[in-house]
Amino acid sequence: MALLSVRNVAKSFGKTQVLRDISLEVAEGEFLTILGESGSGKTTLLRIVAGFEQATSGELWMDGERLDALPPYKRRVNTVFQHYALFPHMTIEANVGYGLHIAGVPKAETTTRVEEALAMIKMTAHAKKKPSKISGGQQQRVALARALVNRPKLLLLDEPLSALDANLRRQMQIELKALQREVGIAFVFITHDQEEAMVMSDRIALLRGGNLEQIAAPREIYNRPATAYVAQFIGHTNLLRGRVEKGIAHCGSMSWPVSLADGPCAFSVRPENIRVATSPANGAVGFEGKLLNQAFHGATELLRVETSDKSVFSVRVAGMGTQGLANTLKLEFSPQDAIPVRDAEAT
Amino acid sequence: MELLVSTGAHASRKLRWLSVHSVAVYAFLYLPIVTLIVYSFNGAGVGGFPPRNLTLNWYRILWQDDPIWVSVQNSLIVAASAVGIALGFGIPAALALDRADFPGKAIFRRLVLLPLILPGIITGLSILMLVNVAQVKLSLWTIILGHGTALISVATTEVFAGLQKLDRAQEEASLDLGANYWQTFWRITLPNLKLPIIGAALLIFTLSMDEIAVSFFLIGRDNTLPLEIWGRLRRGITPEINAISTVIFVFSLVAIVLWYRMRMPAEIPAEMPAENSVSYL
Repeated sequence: MALLSVRNVAKSFGKTQVLRDISLEVAEGEFLTILGESGSGKTTLLRIVAGFEQATSGELWMDGERLDALPPYKRRVNTVFQHYALFPHMTIEANVGYGLHIAGVPKAETTTRVEEALAMIKMTAHAKKKPSKISGGQQQRVALARALVNRPKLLLLDEPLSALDANLRRQMQIELKALQREVGIAFVFITHDQEEAMVMSDRIALLRGGNLEQIAAPREIYNRPATAYVAQFIGHTNLLRGRVEKGIAHCGSMSWPVSLADGPCAFSVRPENIRVATSPANGAVGFEGKLLNQAFHGATELLRVETSDKSVFSVRVAGMGTQGLANTLKLEFSPQDAIPVRDAEAT
Repeated sequence: MELLVSTGAHASRKLRWLSVHSVAVYAFLYLPIVTLIVYSFNGAGVGGFPPRNLTLNWYRILWQDDPIWVSVQNSLIVAASAVGIALGFGIPAALALDRADFPGKAIFRRLVLLPLILPGIITGLSILMLVNVAQVKLSLWTIILGHGTALISVATTEVFAGLQKLDRAQEEASLDLGANYWQTFWRITLPNLKLPIIGAALLIFTLSMDEIAVSFFLIGRDNTLPLEIWGRLRRGITPEINAISTVIFVFSLVAIVLWYRMRMPAEIPAEMPAENSVSYL
């Protein structure tokens, strides 16, 4: 059974609609990432779940109970804020113990649980310090402990890693994921970083302009993107636009059989699914292009190839050696690697 | 070469003018205070230069002058009560201006802040008329009322400025951690407003201590210190007045130093650096 269920939630600020008809579910112990660019409505959605904003329409349910009727302080949901929002006038210890203290947990138990939480984030030595005396990464961990010590059913994280530098960030991604598995609490994690989303999530919900584009596991969202936007936002892709006529897709000079209805169509072909053509007539879709650029990435190389109709393809190949620029390359991809996607621009 | 020399000379001339100018400004600001303090030790009365027969005699006379000390006591009572009234109304007003959205908010803001620019004569006279209509006898109470209400605007502006700098996410974090609105106000909002509130209190206290215009209209039989001094000036000035002024000056200086000591460690490593710290310089 779903722990949290968001049903047809919409939100407007005045005349601006920031969320349109969002429905999604979060399972017990799941790590769900809400991914989107700034302005996609992801933070608003989180604030609605936390209770800082009221949805204009729609419902929230948690454990068979209406969540949106409760004020934020009665929801068994805790939040890790983007800039941590630690209380500057309290020690680290008091920050972490705040929720338990308010809830009236007996003093001895509060002390033990705060100690455990500080040990978990390796901050025991800093217990008596004020938040301004510790580093950003440490503040981030304190914010996490302050939320988790209350044993919420659901933890919301609003871009908690965005203020950290790249190395610390990668390390925290792994630690956070491990921690989530250990405590078994469902996480709803917000980020604009698609790599972060891929690394950490059980499922990704991709928002765009207040609409839910797709919600799926990282592999599925990468391999079977539902829309052209998803295909381009998650990883690199080549987008082919054309028409389907009598079961044949025609995109530029290429054509291949598909089982789609007639009409305009769009396909996503990942750069790693395009290869240098070897033997012809193996059912692959072949094309030719002029090499514009070759970027060496170590294990792979990224080629940029321009076809005769001036469309540019990205092609990822494993060690092919230096090629002369402006050389003509024969390339191909398998029809099943051309994933049909919904495309707002094509219609 | 010639050009360089001439610009050098020009620059040094400019620098000299700047120094003269600065010295003049500072002299204008502080020479009266220095004179006041020096002549409080002058054995030969208020006149005459240079000061002669330096003595602590005026301080001894001051020490035994009961009416002065009664007026000091009155002033302290008035100032402390004014602080209480102004903060009691000013803090909620600032909260309303910062958070609430209600019809007529713009008018409310102007009405609250109006006394800030209203001449003391108008405030004093209007309260006097009100008090007359209500047939209340003039006393310290009417002065307290006058100071307290006139200074609500000071409390409001100071606390409002503090609220604007407050990180709202902290209050959301508190709600998120299970504290209701009331608990959040007491445990998070108010402690974070400590400095603006103390600042407002000190400012109101000072303004009330040396207020004359409003007090003048509302005075009953009990004098405040400024009115006591004013009354004596009309009868002829003695260095005793300089002595009491010097005592007040020293107390103010100590208060200012304490206030800076108190806010410095709290604000230098504050959350948001750059743009906020500038305003304290």
